[in-house]
Amino acid sequence: MGVREQVGHPWMGNSLPALKQQMLGEIGAGSIEALFEQIPEDHRLRQRLDLPLGIKSESALRRRLTDMLSRNESADTNLMFLGAGCWPHHVPAVVDEIVGRTEFLTPVWGSAQSDFGRNQAWFEYASQLGELLSMEVVGLPVYSWGCAIGHALRMTARLTGRREIVIAEVFDPERLSVVENYCEPTDMPNHIKIRRVKVDAKSGLIDLDDLKTKVSSKTAAVYFESPSYLGLFEANAAEIARIARQHGAETIVGVDPLTLGIVRPPADFGADIVVGPTQPLGVHMNCGGGVGGFMASRDEERYVREYNGFLISITETQKPGQFGFGLASAHQTSYGMRENGKDWTGNSVYLWAIANAVYMSLLGPQGFREIGELILAQSHYAARRLAEIPGIAIRYSGGFFKEFVVDFSGTGKSVAAINKKLRKHRIFGGKDLSAEGMKQCALYCVTEVHSTEDIDRLASAIEQVVKP
Amino acid sequence: MSDNPIHLRQYHAPVWDEPVVMQLGYPGRRGQVFPQPSAAAIDKVGTASSLIPKGLARTNAPALPEMSEPEAQRHYLHLCQETLGMLNISLFGTCTMKYNARVSEAIAQRPFVADVHPLQPDESMQGILQAIHEFDLGLRALSGMDQFIFQAGGGADAAYTNCVVTRAYHKSRGELKRRNEVITSIQAHPCNAATAAAAGFKVVTLNLEENGYPSIGALKAAISDRTAALFINNPDDMGIYNPDIKEWVRLVHEAGGLCFYDHANFNGVMGKIRARELGFDACMFMLHKTFGAPKGGGGPAVGAYGCTEALAPFLPKPVVVKDDKAYRLDYGRRKSAGKIREFFGNVPQVLKAYAWLLAMGRDGIDEASDISVLANNYMDHKLAQIRGLTRSNPQIAKHRMEMTRWSLGTLKTDTGCGTVEVANRMADYGVDPWWMSHEPWIVPEPFTPEAGEMYSKEDLDYWMAVVAKISEEAYANPELVKSAPHNQVIAQIKSDALNDPAKWAITWRAYVRKHGKSSEAGSKPHAAE
Repeated sequence: MGVREQVGHPWMGNSLPALKQQMLGEIGAGSIEALFEQIPEDHRLRQRLDLPLGIKSESALRRRLTDMLSRNESADTNLMFLGAGCWPHHVPAVVDEIVGRTEFLTPVWGSAQSDFGRNQAWFEYASQLGELLSMEVVGLPVYSWGCAIGHALRMTARLTGRREIVIAEVFDPERLSVVENYCEPTDMPNHIKIRRVKVDAKSGLIDLDDLKTKVSSKTAAVYFESPSYLGLFEANAAEIARIARQHGAETIVGVDPLTLGIVRPPADFGADIVVGPTQPLGVHMNCGGGVGGFMASRDEERYVREYNGFLISITETQKPGQFGFGLASAHQTSYGMRENGKDWTGNSVYLWAIANAVYMSLLGPQGFREIGELILAQSHYAARRLAEIPGIAIRYSGGFFKEFVVDFSGTGKSVAAINKKLRKHRIFGGKDLSAEGMKQCALYCVTEVHSTEDIDRLASAIEQVVKP
Repeated sequence: MSDNPIHLRQYHAPVWDEPVVMQLGYPGRRGQVFPQPSAAAIDKVGTASSLIPKGLARTNAPALPEMSEPEAQRHYLHLCQETLGMLNISLFGTCTMKYNARVSEAIAQRPFVADVHPLQPDESMQGILQAIHEFDLGLRALSGMDQFIFQAGGGADAAYTNCVVTRAYHKSRGELKRRNEVITSIQAHPCNAATAAAAGFKVVTLNLEENGYPSIGALKAAISDRTAALFINNPDDMGIYNPDIKEWVRLVHEAGGLCFYDHANFNGVMGKIRARELGFDACMFMLHKTFGAPKGGGGPAVGAYGCTEALAPFLPKPVVVKDDKAYRLDYGRRKSAGKIREFFGNVPQVLKAYAWLLAMGRDGIDEASDISVLANNYMDHKLAQIRGLTRSNPQIAKHRMEMTRWSLGTLKTDTGCGTVEVANRMADYGVDPWWMSHEPWIVPEPFTPEAGEMYSKEDLDYWMAVVAKISEEAYANPELVKSAPHNQVIAQIKSDALNDPAKWAITWRAYVRKHGKSSEAGSKPHAAE
């Protein structure tokens, strides 16, 4: 004990009595305690903190944490069919290397000159995503897809002066809850009313007739996703955008960027603002800590002046022919204008923007086409295989990508019971949708990480599990 | 400082003249190849193109670079090297620069954290839930609060969390419509005012008075039955601790408002005071600052939000709880304000903060706040000896907390070199440019160093020797400082294009369109002459 207290902490350079004494001597203070003179005595905590003593040994710390975390199961040693906002995808080793580098992992802000490389990587995130999206403005990412939807909706409310938005009645509950908060409760003066449009029971797509009754001159924006929460491509995207425009509303579209090697970008169908998840682009699931959200638009001043977060622009330097990067239209942020800024900004998921940049550069146009086609083929194969099992049906007739709804109600067994039994096969079954109005249905996610053998293994495990 | 001359190192940033990635590669080159769909799959479902609904298929391939794997790796390694960041000494105030332990990083990158899905059954992620719960207990010990959550993706998002909790609390009492004002101070981080406004509140901002903080009289004048909450930091970024804070909290409570402690500046008071004993209802810690998780150049970050039992029912869900011996995510919280971000937080960052807490312990935390305050006062003493520098609130003689705001107003008047110019010049010595101040600048030409506990006395001496050297340069040859940096990756950027819709270029495709550059070789801009 006495020995331990004399050991300098490896993470603190001045954890030595002699250095403390030298600094005190320089200041001319009698003790460290004297330096806390601003804090009144009756504010001070005089009892001992209810925490253990520190573990100064790295090997002991590592052991403590790995023993605890080894109790987790993961997609590394199980088949993972959960998606719904966070998806099992392949993360290239080079991405892991680059985001693990101390240069990118630890900086705080720097300057345009001293943290030039990071700023360029950010610009490359926006530039490559801009090519996938066919859009000229891509902001640095916000916290999540749901947050991106929220900021985009609020942006359109400011742009149009209207306070209603229209979204589908089938919507990821995680994202919906975030969006509801961004739209503010009814008691707040700037509350944005959320109107829900029906989806067709057979196709799962937005019901255009119902949409026409929901969109009006009060509508700030129509927001829809393609693929949707349930994995469906929105075949009527152009018509939805047309209806929105007819009423002077903006069209916001959510898209999985991994579809964009094979599917036309939302801008082609009339999207004004496009949002979506960044986690599929080379970020581990991280228990949900891998999520991030992108925002993009046309390069029109009315949009650019409404972004809440940072926009990185390429620019010239004082040296002819040299380029650098700086924040465009930055004064509008909360850093510049406090409560009068556009929503707010702060730390976000900028390290993941670098992961995304590296990922996109590794894939290129061919890689995006290939991964899109592979996910299509594998997910459809999985759907067909599961549909062959007695009592199991695939809901919705429309085209889908990566995720699809499996209806187990014909098996007489609950999704909860099936998923529990699948755990014995080292399989994580799809997300149970029973609490979301789809009794004994599950949302299955199949990606490029699933081989045909994996899918066959899933099918035979389910066959065993649902056997009467 | 001339009595103890310090040798300033010869330094030049790496310059790779690295093109923008869009200019690299060769048609057909590949950095990742995916397996072909199996014959069995194609047999069953047909070709991929047949699975795309009519009219949706992409016809023009995205103009992404086509690079080999080592080519892409090398490009991004070069960009790493062109980032100074924390490779040397960074005393970036308000952000509490810490050692980001590699052991925590190595553990967080393992599949038992990285490849876990947030919707897995609780029993399959007991390890991570235990770590979150135990860390929650540690934060409770440090704050006196009853429950923490980690959903917020940064400090500003934790302030936003407080907004949604405040709304839900007042709504539950039928008072939300009337209680539409949030009180904060001009020295609180802008995110407090901004999130309150974005959540629908009117913002009342108190100004500083002669003691360095707003007066009780000003607070009293701001409080009414419309007050929803007080959002306040203490100490502030000038290093001033408001000794009236208990009375502030009492007054706001008396009027029916809630009190939120923005613990952005926790490093100097950790283990010394607790939010709960000062009367606060809720507080926030930044795990990417005080608790040693890396900053990532701007996240993924975590604003850990804690509150009293009375507010806990309103917290965003899920909350990690412990029943008997098992841990679980509690989604069944009827009064919850809902969610502010999907899932339950940046778990790897929470884990790294937990590792920091374990490694520091109660002894290390107490020592770290001692050292932070000691080191800042040591710097205060030495910086005062440098020409052109003055301390904010010069009338206040008491020792400051873990950081102090300084001013270069004198240097600017004398030489024309202000805080931006000096910051640029610092990078020429391999030192991360300092943090100046949030808006608005209350003192002229501000800078805000924060020593923290990681850096050694030699590091602090070196950093101050750089500042002293630049002060000498400013008096002797101001042009040298004004035209800095000279030893960096690039020269000063021209900022006129950044606010001009005709010139800004936020993606490469916009740049090509506006500036008439084709993406063909030969017409590319270069990083150096």
